[in-house]
Formats: sequence, C-alpha cells, structure tokens
Amino acid sequence: MAAAPLITARGLVKRFGDFAAVAGIDVEVESGESFGFLGPNGAGKSSTMRMIGCVSPPTSGELRIFGLDPVTDGREIRARLGVVPQQDQLDAELTVEENLVVYGRYFDIPRAECRRRAAELLDFVQLTDRAGSKVDPLSGGMKRRVTIARSLINEPSLLLLDEPTTGLDPQARHVLWDRLYRLKQRGVTLVLTTHYMDEAEQLCDRLVVMDGGRIVAEGSPRSLIQQHSTREVLELRYAPGTNEERAHAIADIGDRQEVLPDRVLVYTHDGEAALHEVHERDAAPISSLVRRSSLEDVFLRLTGRTLVD
Amino acid sequence: MNVAAPSRDVPLRIVPLGMFDARRPQRMVERSLYVHRRSWMVIVSGFFEPLFYLLSIRVGFGALIGDITVDGRTIGYAEFVAPALMAAAAMNGAIYDSTMNVFYKLKVSKLYDSVLATPMSTADVALGEIAWAMLRGLLYSVAFLLTMWALGMTASPWIVLAIPACVLLGFAFAAVGMAVTSYMRSWADFEYVPAVQVPLFLFSATFFPLEQYGSWSWIVQLSPLYHGVALVRAANLGEWSWGLLGHVAFLLVLAAIGLAVTARRLRTMLLT
Repeated sequence: MAAAPLITARGLVKRFGDFAAVAGIDVEVESGESFGFLGPNGAGKSSTMRMIGCVSPPTSGELRIFGLDPVTDGREIRARLGVVPQQDQLDAELTVEENLVVYGRYFDIPRAECRRRAAELLDFVQLTDRAGSKVDPLSGGMKRRVTIARSLINEPSLLLLDEPTTGLDPQARHVLWDRLYRLKQRGVTLVLTTHYMDEAEQLCDRLVVMDGGRIVAEGSPRSLIQQHSTREVLELRYAPGTNEERAHAIADIGDRQEVLPDRVLVYTHDGEAALHEVHERDAAPISSLVRRSSLEDVFLRLTGRTLVD
Repeated sequence: MNVAAPSRDVPLRIVPLGMFDARRPQRMVERSLYVHRRSWMVIVSGFFEPLFYLLSIRVGFGALIGDITVDGRTIGYAEFVAPALMAAAAMNGAIYDSTMNVFYKLKVSKLYDSVLATPMSTADVALGEIAWAMLRGLLYSVAFLLTMWALGMTASPWIVLAIPACVLLGFAFAAVGMAVTSYMRSWADFEYVPAVQVPLFLFSATFFPLEQYGSWSWIVQLSPLYHGVALVRAANLGEWSWGLLGHVAFLLVLAAIGLAVTARRLRTMLLT
C-alpha cells in the first residue's frame, strides 16, 4: 500500500484580521514528489508555506504534516523539515561554515557531526572554498546556495522552498535547479512556491495554481496545459493602442484570443497557419512569435491576469 | 465572504505557558559564543570602563567629599559610591545587550525567524538571549570587582556576593529590556532608552543615600537599580539583614514578568 501523504490540508484557512490570505484550500503531497504552489504575489503561497513550516498557526481547517498536528507537535515536525525562506536570513555575524554548524546545533545535532555534514553540504552546493568567508560579501546566488545547504543540515525528508530563485540571474537559477533536481533524485520531497512558470515546469511533478487565497487548478504542468490551453500560441504585436481594433479584425482565427496591453495572444493548434491567415487579412503585426503553450497561459486563462506583472 | 465569522486569530497554543516551553535555550548562548569567539578584545575593554569610573571617584569626588554617614555608620564616599557604580554597570550592560542587539536580530537580520524554523521555541530564544546577556554581565561584574579590589575600594570579603547580585540585576534588566524592545518600531524609538536609563542611573541612591530624597524616597524604591545598589552595597559592607530578601524578590518578580512578556511577544510577532 502507498504510504500516507506527507502533507494533508483540508479546508485550510489563514486570516489576518478580515483579510483571508488563504481562503480554504485542500492539498495532498505524497512522499518523494515535487510539488509546487504557483501564483502571483499575494496569492497566499507564502502563508501556506508558513503554516506547513509550523511557524504560523492555521485559523481553521485541518493540517497534518508527517501525520502530525502542527499546533501541538510543531517542534517534532520542524525537526524533520528543511526550510528555505523567501529572504535568506543567513546569520551575518557568522561565517558560511558556522552558519551551517550553529544551525545544526538548533536541532541538537552533535557538534562534530554538524561539522562533518557542513563540509559535505558545502561541497554539494559548490561553496567549499567560501567556508571561512562571512556571508555578506557573497553574491545572491551563493547566499541562496548557503541557505539551501543550511536547510539540509538535519537531513530533512521534506524541503520547503519559498520562491527559491526569485531575484537570481539566469545562470544562478540553473545551478540551483540542478542542485534541487539532485535532491529530488535522492528521494527528498520538495514543496516550493514560485511565480515563474518555467521554474514550475522544470521542478514540479504536480502543482496547484493559486489566486486570491484559493486553488484554481491542480495537476501536472503538462496536464494543466492540455486542459486549459492549446498546443501553440501566436503572439502578435501591433502599434501601441491599436490592439483592440486589430484583434477584432482577426477574431475568428484560432480557438481563442487574449488581448493584453502590449500584445494579442492567439490560442491555436497550429501557430504558423494562424500567422499565415493573419497576414492574408492584411492585419500584419509589427512583430510576431509562435511558441508552445506554457503555465503562464494556463494562469491567464484561469484568472484573466498574467503571473508577473 | 463570511467576514462575520466570530473565530478570532488567537493561536491555539496555551499562551501563558509559553515561557515554560524552553528546552534548549543554551543553543542561543552557544551561537553568541560563536559570534564573539573572535572578538575577545570586547571582553578586555570591559576592564577599562570600571577603571575610569572608579579612578574618577577615588581621586576626584572621594577626596573632595570625604566621609559620609549612612544609617548611623560613617564610611568613605568612594566606598559608598563604588558598589553603586558596579550595579549601574551591570544595568547598562544588560540594557545594551537586550535593546539594540536584540532589535537588530529581531527586525534587521531576522535571526529569530530562522531560529524558529528549527525545533527551537520562542521561549528558547527569549531565555537563551537573556542568559547570554547575564553571562556577559557576569564577566563585566568580575572585571569591575577585580578593579575595585586593585584600587583598594572593597570594604569586606563579602563583596564577592556582589557578583550574584549583579547577575540577578542584569537578568531583570535584560528581561525587561527585551520585552520593551519587542514593542520598538524603528531605531528612532531607542531615543527613549536613555530617557529612562539616565534618571535611573542618577537617582537610584547611587550617588547619595536614600534619606536625601526625603518624601520622594518611595519613588526611588520603584527603581530596579535601587534594589541592585542596595544588594551590592550590603555585600561590600558585609551587613546582612532580612530586608535584603525584599530587594531580591523585587528583582526576581521583574525578571519573571520581563521573560513572560518577551516569550509572548516573540510569539505574536514572529509566529503569525
């Protein structure tokens, strides 16, 4: 039989005064999977992560992590979690290595064992040569890697990552994705939030799309695209202010259209054919692009808004 | 939606028991030791402050003022003031550690957020940080005492008991200081700290006896520093009375209140 889910949430709600940051969500995360919360800023992703991390008591609903209740067994749950918060929160008064060792001590891991693991983890995130350095001079990508190494000091079976690559340059993101993928290979369950669809597509087996504190869709990246979007998308750019008018002229091309402030999106199974038709209508754009559908399109379809504004 | 729902966002944990939820506060102390293990100069500098204080009293005021009479007993002014300065130094150290330093970790470096993501609790953080402030206070008190002794300003061997007295005083101020810091919104709020600290320093029967305050002496007795000064002074003179237990009790109650408020505030601030 399959093991019990690692995380179970039913009707989970988090309110701050009158504002419902999380307005009743149901989630199940299985052991070994890589699960994502995708959504724009303010969708309730971080609030959900904080509840799972046992640093924010749920207002109502049921939440179980490792089958335990975060309200009464927070300490036990946190002992088995790795947490990579949105802001790095590294200890600026300590060196890179000390950051890992001291953090391990909070878990009551013997000091010698902390040092052994710290060396191993710094090797894993390719920062062995910076072990004795203070945290401040490190680049954003390096700090992120230290934070990930630190979160692994207690050998967690569940790793929570809140926007792991926000603010990093493309190269640093790829290094990080590679490390996270290796962790997944080792059987670590990853739960992450992101507002980048490429990140979700890279890392997540399964994800939920959140908006306004609710889950608006759930599935694998591929199945979400199949369900909510077409195979290809034709992007058309017209002179500023003429999008509406142009879109009207080509309204019957493709399955569906989205008119954004800066471009018109035409959803279709064959982008090139649609573009050809657009040209025949004398509605030639300034520039055009045919691409595969992405989670961004799913989100746009479900909420009428783009993920990153 | 159903905004009218009556459930208030009170954490389900039993809040007043928060301060007893400490299991490994020593880990916070350990962290501080890591931070300071390269900065031993700071500890050495702890000797200079008392040295300057005591020298100014001994060669300055002491010579100028001569002997004074307190409770029917005549003692040199330097002997009267030195124990008070020792208590004041313990207070200043504890306030410094528990206000600016704690605010930095609470609001700027977000240290406590990352600590609370581990099995550590808010009580571990509160108790651990206050314990560290006490530990530093202990070091400085020893430094102060050695300086006093070297300058020939100790009156009785009982003065060694001034050290636990100063540690208790430091505990009370650190606990209250951390509780107050949890209400600070920005660095600007720290302007108010000296507004409390300086009057305490000047008017806690530090530089002149309680009798001098006349009908205002009851206010002086509300000052925690006054109780610390009374204990250190008694230790220096080797004069013991049951009344000293009252001073100890006052400081213990203050420390307990500070600790409880701190643990609770950390919870409402960081575990929302």
